[in-house]
Amino acid sequence: MGHLSEEIINKANILLEIYPNKRSALIPLCHLAQGQDGYLTPEAIVEIADLVGVTPAEVRGTASFYDMFHLEPVGKHVVAMCTNIACMLRGADELLEHAQESLDVGIGGTTQDGQFTLEEAECLAGCNNAPCVQVNHRFFGPLDNEGFDRLIKDLRSGKLKDEVPEHGVLNRVDRNYGLKATPDQVQAERDVMESAKKERLAKKSESN
Amino acid sequence: MSDIIVNKNLPIVSKRLGIEEAYKLETYLSTGGYEGLKKALQMNPEDVADEVMKASLLGRGGAGFPAGRKWSMLKPARVKYLVINGDESEPATFKDHDLIERDPHQIIEGVVVASYALGVNQAFIFCRGEFALGLERLQAALNEAYDYGAVGADIFGSGFSVDIVVHPGAGAYICGEETSLLQSLEGKRGYPRIKPPYFPAVMGLYNQPTVVNNIETVSNLPWIVLNGGDAFAAMGQDSSAGSRIFALSGQVKRPGNYEVEMGKVTFRNLIFDESYGGGILDDLALKAFIPGGVSAPWFGPEHLDLPLTQEAIANKGSMLGSGSVVVFNESTCPVKAAWRISKFFYRESCGQCTPCREGSGWIEKIMHRIETGNGRMEDIDLVMDVCDNIAPGLSWPPKQTTICVLGPSIPSSIVSAVNMFKQDFIDHIEKGKCTFDK
Repeated sequence: MGHLSEEIINKANILLEIYPNKRSALIPLCHLAQGQDGYLTPEAIVEIADLVGVTPAEVRGTASFYDMFHLEPVGKHVVAMCTNIACMLRGADELLEHAQESLDVGIGGTTQDGQFTLEEAECLAGCNNAPCVQVNHRFFGPLDNEGFDRLIKDLRSGKLKDEVPEHGVLNRVDRNYGLKATPDQVQAERDVMESAKKERLAKKSESN
Repeated sequence: MSDIIVNKNLPIVSKRLGIEEAYKLETYLSTGGYEGLKKALQMNPEDVADEVMKASLLGRGGAGFPAGRKWSMLKPARVKYLVINGDESEPATFKDHDLIERDPHQIIEGVVVASYALGVNQAFIFCRGEFALGLERLQAALNEAYDYGAVGADIFGSGFSVDIVVHPGAGAYICGEETSLLQSLEGKRGYPRIKPPYFPAVMGLYNQPTVVNNIETVSNLPWIVLNGGDAFAAMGQDSSAGSRIFALSGQVKRPGNYEVEMGKVTFRNLIFDESYGGGILDDLALKAFIPGGVSAPWFGPEHLDLPLTQEAIANKGSMLGSGSVVVFNESTCPVKAAWRISKFFYRESCGQCTPCREGSGWIEKIMHRIETGNGRMEDIDLVMDVCDNIAPGLSWPPKQTTICVLGPSIPSSIVSAVNMFKQDFIDHIEKGKCTFDK
């Protein structure tokens, strides 16, 4: 029994099938592994490398480029607060300051109980609800200090657990099927379409 | 207050954003969904491409390249791909976010229409990773579309097949650049590719010819097929045809996505009309605004009466870009705003090219020390000099010194801030603090 669960391996096998090149499944597989462990563990990286057919260093090297992958453990809830221009104009800096005080943690830090990791984020495309915050990539906003404290309280009490799954779980809707258009079918169709097109072009040039 | 005559065709691309549960197939079908695709499948593929060419649909991602022309450049090959760019990360842009979460079927329909016109049998929708709900809605819609027969093998009995894969990003602004997006889709670090080849249409995903279109661009296709390219081209002004979503944010009363006919609405309408922005927050005066995402040079109140078209804005030295308008009122510190934008580029530079990697860090540091009151008078010239090294001449559009356009986009906001608000920079340095702090 490997590190990744059977359920994840099953999902991974479908992903490996739907791309023309297995390597393309690398990032989706990292998301799946992060969904299991909350961050990308060294064990998961080795197994992803095996599945995709590259070295673990390549998986790690690719994952480290992207903000969403955590190579160290993080809190159950990653609170990402946007401070980019649109949110800044709506008081994001003040809100981030309040968040640090209220959670008693610095930017990038995790609370002692392991519940919250606080991050400063770049634009999350929620500018119509500025200042906006994502918790495990679910949107909340616009938030003021009281709204933020209420959100934290609701996350702590588990009131939002359906809306906000534990950190790492990204897409809860599965693709549980492979490609439907088989290569033979595609080839046959292409032949038909191409000869039809040739005919049309021939007719066109005739009528000209 | 408003004297705009709203075109009866509007809204086109955003028509379901206000409808509850429009992301479900049932709602989509009851509001005319998949009719465009059914019509397209009755037509010859090249006629569908013709309608898009006639529509003069400009790409909605930021560069504004005509979609029809992009399609016509696709090199004939046995294997070709269509990739949809849904990695929306330009600060203050949030139109694709809404389209993905609230009308995913329209995107899927557009993708199938485009695939049919292009003769593509596998398409990818690259969705920004941070859109967790969007990814779930897209995948759920795709599952429904497969069951309905709108995607997959022998679509609606037409003999045309295409598979669609929803692909999650993982958090990197640069992956919105098309070659970087393709690298990411190939499972690699998102480094933009060296040009030439300039166009993925020649060499794209897995080195095969690939068309990369934006989410909003393909979302327009069902309407164009149903109503004809001419009907689309009849709207708008000059080469800016049709309608477009403008994402309005910052210090306005009603930030949001507003679809308007191109050229028929001015910035003043967009920011002040009750049906759009509703005026400036706290009823203060307007100080400046960004017309098209943070890569664009800023405009001042004297530009309020410009119509929203690609040409009008380009003529005045900025760009329509991703269609995101950010409003600053008089309480905003322009030094802080420019510093925050430079910090964004510093964080998001991929690090391949020296001018961008080093320059963004230098600019961020200098801007930060001016903003916090630790600047020196010569810093103003210094920051402009660094900008000049990234985009020599500081002209618009900027000169290219790097593999992609991220680097040359860095100076825009800095140069705008220094040129428009130099006295504020001097005040910060002389008083040794941010003069806008309360």
